[in-house]
This record gives sequence, structure tokens and C-alpha cells, in this order.
Amino acid sequence: MADPLALIRRLGAATVDRIWRLGFASRFLLAIFVHSGAAFRRLPLTLREIYFSGVLSLLIILVSGLFVGLVLGLQGYETLQRYGSTEALGILVALSLVRELGPVVAGLLFASRAGSSITAEIGLMKTTEQLKAMDMMAVNPIARVVAPRFWGGVISMPLLAAMFSAMGVFGGWLIGVVLIGVDDGAFWSQMQSSVDFRYDVLNGIIKSVVFGFAVSLIAVFEGYDSVPTAEGVSRAITRTVVTSAMTILALDFVLTSFMFRGN
Amino acid sequence: MEPVRLSSDHLVDVSDLHFNYDGRPVLQGINMKIRRGSVVAIMGGSGCGKTTLLRCIGGQLRPSSGGVSVDGLSIAAASQSALYALRRRMGMLFQFGALFTDLSVFENVAFPLREHTDLSDELIRDLVLMKLESVGLRGARDLMPGALSGGMARRVALARAIALDPMLIMYDEPFTGLDPIALGVIGELIRRLNDALGATSIMVTHDVQESLQIVDYIYFLNGGRVVAEGTPDQIRASDDPFVHQFVHAKSDGPVHFDYPAAPAAEDFRLGAAHG
Repeated sequence: MADPLALIRRLGAATVDRIWRLGFASRFLLAIFVHSGAAFRRLPLTLREIYFSGVLSLLIILVSGLFVGLVLGLQGYETLQRYGSTEALGILVALSLVRELGPVVAGLLFASRAGSSITAEIGLMKTTEQLKAMDMMAVNPIARVVAPRFWGGVISMPLLAAMFSAMGVFGGWLIGVVLIGVDDGAFWSQMQSSVDFRYDVLNGIIKSVVFGFAVSLIAVFEGYDSVPTAEGVSRAITRTVVTSAMTILALDFVLTSFMFRGN
Repeated sequence: MEPVRLSSDHLVDVSDLHFNYDGRPVLQGINMKIRRGSVVAIMGGSGCGKTTLLRCIGGQLRPSSGGVSVDGLSIAAASQSALYALRRRMGMLFQFGALFTDLSVFENVAFPLREHTDLSDELIRDLVLMKLESVGLRGARDLMPGALSGGMARRVALARAIALDPMLIMYDEPFTGLDPIALGVIGELIRRLNDALGATSIMVTHDVQESLQIVDYIYFLNGGRVVAEGTPDQIRASDDPFVHQFVHAKSDGPVHFDYPAAPAAEDFRLGAAHG
């Protein structure tokens, strides 16, 4: 039988390691803030990253948003029909998307589409000594490589979530109004009167900003901290996607419990 | 406060340098003085600490004890900004070039110029083409790094390393993985660029024959210590067993062919009953 002390020791080491990494990630975030000047002074650097993480993620975001909206339209109609309140379909679709599905699903898609490629890119730059070479040329890699990618992600994510929600509402309208025949006027007017800008939309935007922050930090950190081998980079990419998903869902619960208390 | 810079004959001064990695000693008391204008090779087998030494000189690693000074500036005590100021006058060629894969050959060489100077695009263009011309790759300016052969990638990296006319150029295994022609070309470039720029070069390598032809002075490292040093002629004539084994590529000598292992009879279970 294995030494019971060894088990405790391993558990302790794993815990310390996690906490150490969390501390390292916090210091890393601080370093990004300190070196963010260049990312904004030289706007093309950040614009380029917005293009890579934002614009190139548009297709997957728009298509997924449409399908989520279509499903919401079908399911929502089917449920509301039982209570004879199908004209409330617009409210149901809009609130589900703006409050929850928009930020959360867009965040998950963003992590797997843009987050993974940021991690892969930084990880491979580390593996091929490009980051070290930059450092030896007296160019700080955190300022030149990490900060623009981080801010590119932070800026892209809320925009993508907004477009996801808009596309979803369009999908719900397609199913509900165009296909099934819910009254067009009721669909939009109920939505307009029941969705509050501050309470619903703004809280949704806050969520997407927080998720964008979290996913971008995880992506750049995992890339920068990856073991510089083929295996190490692939593990870092996996960690980015898994950690991002867990973080988004956990943060969503925390944020929701603060924002929407039903009173 | 910055230390006073004395313009001495020696650009790089390594004194009693120790470096430990995870508690394991990698460098154990290295002493070197590298003269301005010379090309110096640091040689030794794989894992002898020569790359670590180069990283200590470039300030990528901080020594555990002892010191390194470059042009009068103590690397260990230097602040980040002082180190970066010094690195603008250093060029480093990494083992496989470490070119930025998302930038073209032209943009790679232009990178240090764009980052550190406010020169106009026109001037940068002229400078980049001059640097590329000096490594014979002016015509390859529009290629992406992925389209280059190993030797060409290293020449581009060399052009990038000398973009700011450094006073010190460091080479990490510049010959690894090159065919004999490319190897000769790189060797000749290292010497020629050093003399043309009036720079000083330090090269970490285990390629004895090529190095003996181009360098002014050689340090042999083994087990984290300098075991021999001298001019190429002194090295060729050396009767030190380690240098002899290295220069003549003998498989056994002071450096053993066998990795330390349990006695063979025990491992192969000779004399024990099989079954």
C-alpha cells in the first residue's frame, strides 16, 4: 500500500502549485497593464488582433447565434402555446439571449475559436525562441505580443456577444413570426416594453466584458506559460479551452446571482 | 546609479561566474576576458553549460554568484531599462534563427529599426536592403520565413541581429543543422561582419573545424569549468587530453562514451539463472 503521507504530500503540492499559478497569473495581468501603453499608442498592433480574434470569429458567432435563436423560437413557442401567450415569444427570446445565452455561448465560442489560437500562437512563438529573440532585441514581449492580443480579445468579446444576441433575436423572429405566424407587432412591441436597457441589456454587456477579460487573460497566460515543446503547447491549448469554459460558467453564476434577484 | 564605464581593452569580462539551476551547479567559476574586435568561440560538449554562459552574458539569466560585465556595465546589477539599453547595442543569433514567422524577411530585419528608431520608411528600406545585401539575400526580401532553407533563415536572422550595428554579436550554435556549403557561408559571414562592423563576437558551438578557421580565441568548457583556452594554433597543438579528444573527434577519452550505468554483468543478468 502506498504511504498515506505521500498522498497528502501530493495533494498539498498540487494545491500549492495551483495557488502559485493563480498568483503568477495575477502578476502577469499586472505586467500586461503596466505594459499596455504601447498597445494603445501603436493602435495598428491592437487593431490587427481585433481583426484576428474578432472579425475572423464573426462567421461562427453569427451562424451559432442564428441557430440558437431558431431553437429558442421553436421551444419558446411550444411552451408559451400551452398558456396561450405566444405573443410573449419576443420577450422570451430577447431576455434569454441578452441576459444569458448571448454572453455565455458567445464566450464559450470565443474561447474555442480565438482563445485557442492566441494560446497556440504565443506558445509556438515561445517554442521557436521568438519571444526570447524579441527580449534580446530590447523589445518587451509582454508589451509587443501579449498586451495587444489581450486587449484585442477584451474589445472583441462584447461586440461578438452583442452580434450573437442580435442574430439570435433574428432567428427567433424567423421561426416565430415568419414561419409559425405569431403577430409581428406583438412580437416586437412586447419585447420593447419588457426588456429594460439598464437591468437586462447593460447587465448582459457587463457579463460579456467580464468573460472577455477572463478568456483573454487565460489565453495569453497559458500561451506565455506553456512548456516550449509540441506537447506542451497542445496541453496549453487544451487548458485554455477547458479553463475558459469553467471560468465563464462559474462567473456567470456569480454575476447572475448579483444582477438578477427577481425583486 | 549607473556604474562608471571604463573604456578598457576588454568588452566582456566574466569573473568567477557561478550559475545553479534547480540546485544543480551548471557553471562553476568561469573567468573570461574578451578583447574588443575579436571573434571568440566557446566550445564544449552538449550540456556543458556553454549556452547558459551565453545567456548570462546577454542578461537572460542572472548568475548565482560572480559577475559579468559588458562594456563596463555589470549585468547582474543592471536594471531592466539599463539592460535593455545595453541590448540595443547587442545582437544575438539564435540556434534556428528565431525569425518572426508572421513577418516577411524584410519586416523581420526592419523590426529592430522600427521598434528602436524613428527613421522614415524610406531610410528603413535602404538600411534593411543594405543589411540583406551583406548576407546575400537582398533578393529574398519578400519571402516568408517558412519558405527559407535553414541556412537562409540563419542569414536573415544574422541580418536582423546586425540591423542596429551592434558592438557585440552573440551566436548560439550558428552551425547546427547546416549543410557543408551553408556552414562555410555562415562561418565566413561571422568573421567578415565582425570585422566590417568593428564589433566583437562570441560564438557558442561544438563545430571544431569550422571554428578553428575563423576565430581568434577559444575557450573549452567541460562540467561548467574552463578546461582549456588559447588561439587556434595553441588549441591544435594542445596535448590536453580533453582538447585532443574534442578536436580529433574521438569517441572515448576524458569524456566517456558510456553513460554511467550499473555494471553490465548485473544488467544483462550474466551468471544468474534464467527462467
